[in-house]
Amino acid sequence: MAEKLHFELVSPEKLLMSTDVDMVVVPGVEGDFGVLINHAPVVSTLRIGILEVHNDDEPERLLVCGGFAEVNPHGLTVLAEEAMPLAEVDREALEAQLKDVEEDVADARDDKNLAEATRVRDRLVEILGVLDLMA
Amino acid sequence: MANLKDLRNRITSVQSTQKITKAMKMVAASKLRRAQEAAEAARPYAERMENVLASLASSMIGQVGGPKLLAGTGNTQVQLIVVATSERGLCGGFNTNIVKGARKMISRLIAQGKDVKIVTIGKKGAASLKRNFGSRMIKHFDMSHVKRLAYHDAAPITDYLLASFEAGEFDVCTLFYAKFQSALTQIVTAQQMIPASFDADNTVDLGGAAYDYEPDETEILEALLPRNLGVQIFRALLENAASEQGSRMTAMDSATRNAGDMIDALRTTYNRTRQAVITNELIEIISGAEAL
Repeated sequence: MAEKLHFELVSPEKLLMSTDVDMVVVPGVEGDFGVLINHAPVVSTLRIGILEVHNDDEPERLLVCGGFAEVNPHGLTVLAEEAMPLAEVDREALEAQLKDVEEDVADARDDKNLAEATRVRDRLVEILGVLDLMA
Repeated sequence: MANLKDLRNRITSVQSTQKITKAMKMVAASKLRRAQEAAEAARPYAERMENVLASLASSMIGQVGGPKLLAGTGNTQVQLIVVATSERGLCGGFNTNIVKGARKMISRLIAQGKDVKIVTIGKKGAASLKRNFGSRMIKHFDMSHVKRLAYHDAAPITDYLLASFEAGEFDVCTLFYAKFQSALTQIVTAQQMIPASFDADNTVDLGGAAYDYEPDETEILEALLPRNLGVQIFRALLENAASEQGSRMTAMDSATRNAGDMIDALRTTYNRTRQAVITNELIEIISGAEAL
């Protein structure tokens, strides 16, 4: 492949990746989609899922949690709220966190705390679900 | 001429002040580097976000019933001013400048007969605004527990603003902060957060093609606008942190230099006085000997 897609992965804290790649598979809300060079312009929000960066060798997998992706003639930009290489995801820590949050849900006194704790729990469950699929 | 001891005391006291300002300058310099890196690292996200929103917004212009965060409430009566300052003093004109800018705008709005509400971030600005506008201040955010600013530190502020906007408590929200340019210059910036405003120049030229939206435009905008608010606040806080350290570094640098000048001047006086005392004593001894 002569021409490559310019790909940028940005989190609020910093620019995580800025390289030229062959293809990126983006976990959009309405389904995964692959982006190659000269893709039509798209804006899509992301769900919690795995972002695959394909280059010459083995694809690189990253866990992204929410955010959105933009394809324009200059390339693909993924603005993720959180992103981390799949290999660095600490499953045990997440499970421990889930346990804590479930206690919070059980202990929550008013609606506001309950809503917040439930939201965090659902998010963790979703992340773990994605990890299960990958395992 | 018995004030030799006084002079000596003053020299020691100025010297210890100089040591403190020098240490503060060095601390500020190293903190500045970190804060500056953080601010610069956060820029790409905020910029890209703005670009995407700007192109989305431009395609929405002219359509009725756009999201309120973008279109506004159609009213400008109740103005919310958010003033972001630091938690600590001794940083030159940093807090004063931000407060001055905010105060000017507040007075102007009041003169125009608007309802002004004030939200403060950081206690320095809160303290100096309280004197004039105490009754208008509705909320204060304490950031003193934050050591290293992370995205979630900005979240309570964003949530509060969104909730009170939803509740119809204000129409327009403007954020005051100091944009970091260099250690010497920080620019006090007033950024209108709600309704969101964008530079039309930021839009990416698609070469005739149009964006596909997944899900549709309105839903994306509804998800992005609150997030954009959070990102803009986060960025403003980062810029502010860098500006604070920059300003402190410059202030402490000139304080150190001033202390140095003062020590030199005091030392000259001290030496002159000492010589005068010796000469006096000699004169006394000689004239005493001659009198015999």
